[in-house]
Amino acid sequence: MSPKTLYDKIWDAHVAHEADDGTCLLYIDRHLVHEVTSPQAFEGLRMAGRKVRAPEKTIAVPDHNVPTTAGREDPAQMTEESRIQVEALDKNAKEFGVHYYPVSDVRQGIVHIVGPENGWTLPGMTVVCGDSHTATHGAFGALAHGIGTSEVEHVLATQTLIQKKSKNMKVEITGKLKPGVTAKDITLAVIGETGTGGGTGYVIEYCGEAIRDLSMEGRMTVCNMAIEGGARAGLIAPDETTFDYCKGRPHAPKAGAWEQALEYWKTLYTDEGAHFDKVVTLKGEDIQPVVTWGTSPEDVLPITGVVPAPEDFEGGKVEAARRSIEYMGLTPGQKLTDIEIDTVFIGSCTNGRIEDMRAAAEVLKGKKIKEGMRAMIVPGSGLVRAQAEEEGLADIFREAGFEWRLAGCSMCLAMNPDQLSENERCASTSNRNFEGRQGYKGRTHLVSPAMAAAAALTGKLTDIRELM
Amino acid sequence: MKKFETFSGIAAPMPLVNIDTDMIIPKRFLKSIQRTGFGVSLFDEMRYNRDGTEIPDFVLNKAQYREAQILIAGDNFGCGSSREHAPWALDDFGIKVIVSTSFADIFFNNSFKNGMLPIALPQEQVDILMADAEKGANARMTVDLEAQEITTSDGEVIKFEVDAFKKHCLLNGLDDIGLTMEKETSIDAYEAKAGAERPWV
Repeated sequence: MSPKTLYDKIWDAHVAHEADDGTCLLYIDRHLVHEVTSPQAFEGLRMAGRKVRAPEKTIAVPDHNVPTTAGREDPAQMTEESRIQVEALDKNAKEFGVHYYPVSDVRQGIVHIVGPENGWTLPGMTVVCGDSHTATHGAFGALAHGIGTSEVEHVLATQTLIQKKSKNMKVEITGKLKPGVTAKDITLAVIGETGTGGGTGYVIEYCGEAIRDLSMEGRMTVCNMAIEGGARAGLIAPDETTFDYCKGRPHAPKAGAWEQALEYWKTLYTDEGAHFDKVVTLKGEDIQPVVTWGTSPEDVLPITGVVPAPEDFEGGKVEAARRSIEYMGLTPGQKLTDIEIDTVFIGSCTNGRIEDMRAAAEVLKGKKIKEGMRAMIVPGSGLVRAQAEEEGLADIFREAGFEWRLAGCSMCLAMNPDQLSENERCASTSNRNFEGRQGYKGRTHLVSPAMAAAAALTGKLTDIRELM
Repeated sequence: MKKFETFSGIAAPMPLVNIDTDMIIPKRFLKSIQRTGFGVSLFDEMRYNRDGTEIPDFVLNKAQYREAQILIAGDNFGCGSSREHAPWALDDFGIKVIVSTSFADIFFNNSFKNGMLPIALPQEQVDILMADAEKGANARMTVDLEAQEITTSDGEVIKFEVDAFKKHCLLNGLDDIGLTMEKETSIDAYEAKAGAERPWV
């Protein structure tokens, strides 16, 4: 048998039907559902008199729209439209009999944090969700990607997706990371290298010593932003780190089934000599703490850099850079560490897990944020929040001057009341710095949790290494 | 789904690269639970001032492009979020065809599910179409999916590639779910086999 990549293996194990032209029906093991991209899909089922084919493999949780302030059970905290979406999910989950974590459940949170946390996401699975950051689950060696609402309806009805296979891309991060450099810096540095379209048509496998050395949470941060590089999915081969994380989770296999699963999971790696259509290699020691300066996630520079000039680019990017620099209110040649910040957001499916909370707390411990700074930490789930409180992290945040919120997507996409005002500038641990992403005319700089915490203290984009 | 038929229409030029789904339809319009009515909000933040008045320089606000049915766009169109509201908004506005050098994967798939045709072409050919689009309302292009051809206002014919299955679905207005359900026995068989091999899933 010819050698296979990890992606080839998972793909082959899920083809339920293949047509002569290579169009496949790919079987879906886990379907995650949230309130924004599902109402039209459930309505479609209802109108056609269809059922959810595998409700036991379907997990729903409201996250995008929900307020993250105390007392949010009060419907008055939500806009009428948001309330209708959340209520629609309540109703649809009940009517179609899928697993559901309502707002009142301590396990509620961002769908991509809830899935892994509860053991729904396991190695070798196919996982989809009507959300592009489904790529997160690739950290387990699961083939996971975002889909549109029509495809949500298709998966609900048939538990399959119509797909053609993507190409294989390898992203290798060799060696060790330097102090102050995190998973977020890796994933941003890769996008800086490949561009936001560099992964289009590919599934990325991340590998190399620096990836192996990451915890599961760090791996989730890396895979989360595979989509920002344009890839359909990002994958990391499962290993002992993965198995240790999964073991004992509520929906992970138990007892005898665990041994059987483990035996299978250990076959999930890229064979020696397997073919990759594209390879990108970065040296771990070359990666620095990074920050975005523009309005595309590919606009990445080391924190020691300066704002570029449009003429530094070629082709269509010249005009895009000109537009970005103007939108962001920056001047070419300006040092990135001179950029003043008025808001800090720590959270999201990229960086809303317990290790992210710990990284921020380490920087903030015993310190106060700059006067006038608006700073919020939004845990990715109720369980992350509970854990952070138990570890005393929440006290550190509150004493530093941060707002300590309830779980949700919050200011990552600002669908709930957490938004930037016009021209407000935010150091954010989220994943997108698009125009208007965090609020109309709001300005976003993407950073790691430690760098976000550092910016909250100094009031400027800050090289975390100077505070270490 | 509606059938995709050959048509001649106005093409609007949008040469900006990396036009993302947040630009196409900002999140504040994602709160609807319907599939329609998004056209008026298409490109909202580029198209309107905060007070709701139009920004005259924006291409779709210009008299010659208000009825555009084709968009000629910069590289990596539709990147970002999976929101199908992006193709819904384009469709609702009246855009049936988008041409670019490349498309983000999820947006590309979502478009076909709504009877729209995204066409990826090499830079030189996109340049020809962009120049043609810049001529304005008199420059009507013709898109023929059956023949896989775009004809410019000058009569220049540009061939394009399209996946055979997707083409078939567009031309016949076929509903994916109905087609897949015809293969239910394959799905049943897969489920039985996978369930035996990986019972923990």
